[in-house]
Amino acid sequence: MKPNSIAIVGAAETTELGRIPGSGQIQLHADAALNALADTGLKLSDIDGIATAGESPTDVAHYLGLAPTWVDGTSVGGCSFMIHVRHAAAAINEGLCHTVLITHGESGRSNIGRSMRGGGGRATLAGQFEGPYCGMGPTTAFTLPFMRYMKETGTTLEQLAMVAVVQREWAALNPRATLREATSVEEVMNDRMIAYPFTKSECCLVTDGGGALILTTAERAKDFPQKPVYIVGTGESVETNMISQMGDFTSSRAFRMAGKKALQEAGIQHSDVDHLMIYDAFAHLPFYGLEDLGFCGKGEAGAFIWERNTAIGGELPLNTNGGGLSYMHSGMYGMYALQESVRQMRGIAPAQIKDAKLSVCHGVGGMFAASGTIIMTNDPS
Amino acid sequence: MADKSKISLPKPTPETEHFWQGTRQGALKLQKCVDCAHVYFPPRPFCPACASRAVSVFTATGRGMLYSYVINNRPHPAFDGPYSIAVVELEEGPRMMTNIVNCDQTPEALQLDMPVEVLFEELSDDISLPYFQPATVGATK
Repeated sequence: MKPNSIAIVGAAETTELGRIPGSGQIQLHADAALNALADTGLKLSDIDGIATAGESPTDVAHYLGLAPTWVDGTSVGGCSFMIHVRHAAAAINEGLCHTVLITHGESGRSNIGRSMRGGGGRATLAGQFEGPYCGMGPTTAFTLPFMRYMKETGTTLEQLAMVAVVQREWAALNPRATLREATSVEEVMNDRMIAYPFTKSECCLVTDGGGALILTTAERAKDFPQKPVYIVGTGESVETNMISQMGDFTSSRAFRMAGKKALQEAGIQHSDVDHLMIYDAFAHLPFYGLEDLGFCGKGEAGAFIWERNTAIGGELPLNTNGGGLSYMHSGMYGMYALQESVRQMRGIAPAQIKDAKLSVCHGVGGMFAASGTIIMTNDPS
Repeated sequence: MADKSKISLPKPTPETEHFWQGTRQGALKLQKCVDCAHVYFPPRPFCPACASRAVSVFTATGRGMLYSYVINNRPHPAFDGPYSIAVVELEEGPRMMTNIVNCDQTPEALQLDMPVEVLFEELSDDISLPYFQPATVGATK
C-alpha cells in the first residue's frame, strides 16, 4: 500500500471486557462497532465497507443495518483483523469503498451465541493426521514447536517465564487488564502444568470481548475528532494449519514474510520503532516475533526479554496492554493488539510510551498458520 | 481406564486411502515425486515441490527421531495421565505428528533427537494408527 494514504479514525473495544454473560457474540461485535462509531462522529449509514472474522460479515452487516459496497470475510485466525486493515487500505485506495468498519466480537469465556466453532472434520488432512493424537487445541499445538526452539537456540524455561512476568508488570498499569497482580519467574514456573513445558501463566486468558476499527483516507482523517493514526506498512502471509508440517520449528515463515513486507513498505529501520505489539497467545510467541521480524538475532530474544529490554523503561516496549497473557484473550486477540497500537499512537494508552511515533503490530492466526503485520504512525508526513 | 474409543478416528479420502491401507498392513507409506525425487507427507496426488502429477507410493523404513513434543497434563479419556503429543522426523525427511508410546511420559525419558520407530495399533476395522516408540524398545523385544 501507499504509506500514509489511509488512517484509522475510529477505534474502540467493547464497553466491558473479561466476563460478559449479558451479551451474545454478535452483540459484542455491535457494541464495539457502536463505540468506534461514536469515536468518529459518523452515522452507520456512512459505513460502506465491512470486514470481520469468526462471524459472517453478512451477519454483522445485517445486524448493524449496513448496506456495504465492499465485504471482506478473511478468517484465518486471530490476525485476521491485521489482514482486514491491509485489505481495507487497498480497497479504499482503489475506490471500492470510502469508510470501512472492521469488527471483532467473541464470547470466548461465556460461550453465548458463538457461530462457526473451529475444528475441521475427521476427513481433513489435519483431522486424519493430527486429530487422532488427542491434542487439546492451542495448548498442545501452538506450544509443540517450542522444545525444538529451546534445543536449537539455548533458550531457557526461566526466560520463557520472564515473558509472563514482564507482561504482568505492564498489565499492572492498565485498569482494564484481567490480571494485574505482580508475579515472579518462580511463581510462573511453579504454576499448574498445562502442556509441558508450558504452565498456566504461560498460556493466554480466555475472556469475552470485542473491538472495532474505522478506516478512511488520510485526506478525510483530519476532519475527525480523534487524532488520526496513519497506516504506513502492511504485510500478510499463511503457512500451514497443521503444526506438524510447519517448515521450521524455530521460526515462522508467515511471520518472516508478513513482517518483512510491512517493514519494507514503511521504509523504516528497526531502531525507528517506538512501540511493539506481538500477539502472545502463549509466552513463546514474543521470541518468534522478535526474531522473525528482525528485532533480535536468532536465539537472542530470550535474553533480550530477560534483560528487561521490553519491560517498562526498556528500549523496546512490548505488549504494553499486558498482552493475551494478562490483558485479555477472547480467542482472536489480534483486534486488541491493534487497539493498543492505536491508543499508543493517539497518546492515550494507560501505559503510554512518551513521544511514541511508530508502532509495529504483529499478529498470528491459528497456530503459526497465518500472520498479519500493521505499522502505524501519528506523523501525517 | 484409558478408553481408546474416545480417539477421533481419521476418515480416509481418495487422496489418503493408500496411506490407511498401508497402516492396516503394518506399513508406513510415503510418496515420492518421479520427476524431482522429493519425498513428502501428508498424501496428495501431486508433488508439492514441483507440481508434477507423476508420483509414486513407497514403504518408509518407519525409523526416525523425536523432533519436538509437549506433554499434555489435561485429562483426556483416551489416556491414563499425562501423555506426549510429538512430532517425529522420518529418515526419509517428512515429519508427522504422533504420540510416543512404550516410554515414560517425562522430559527425562523424552529426549529430542532420540531414535524412534513406528508401530501400529488397530483401532477399528478400517483404521490402524501409526504410533512411535523409542527405537531401543523394539531392538530388545
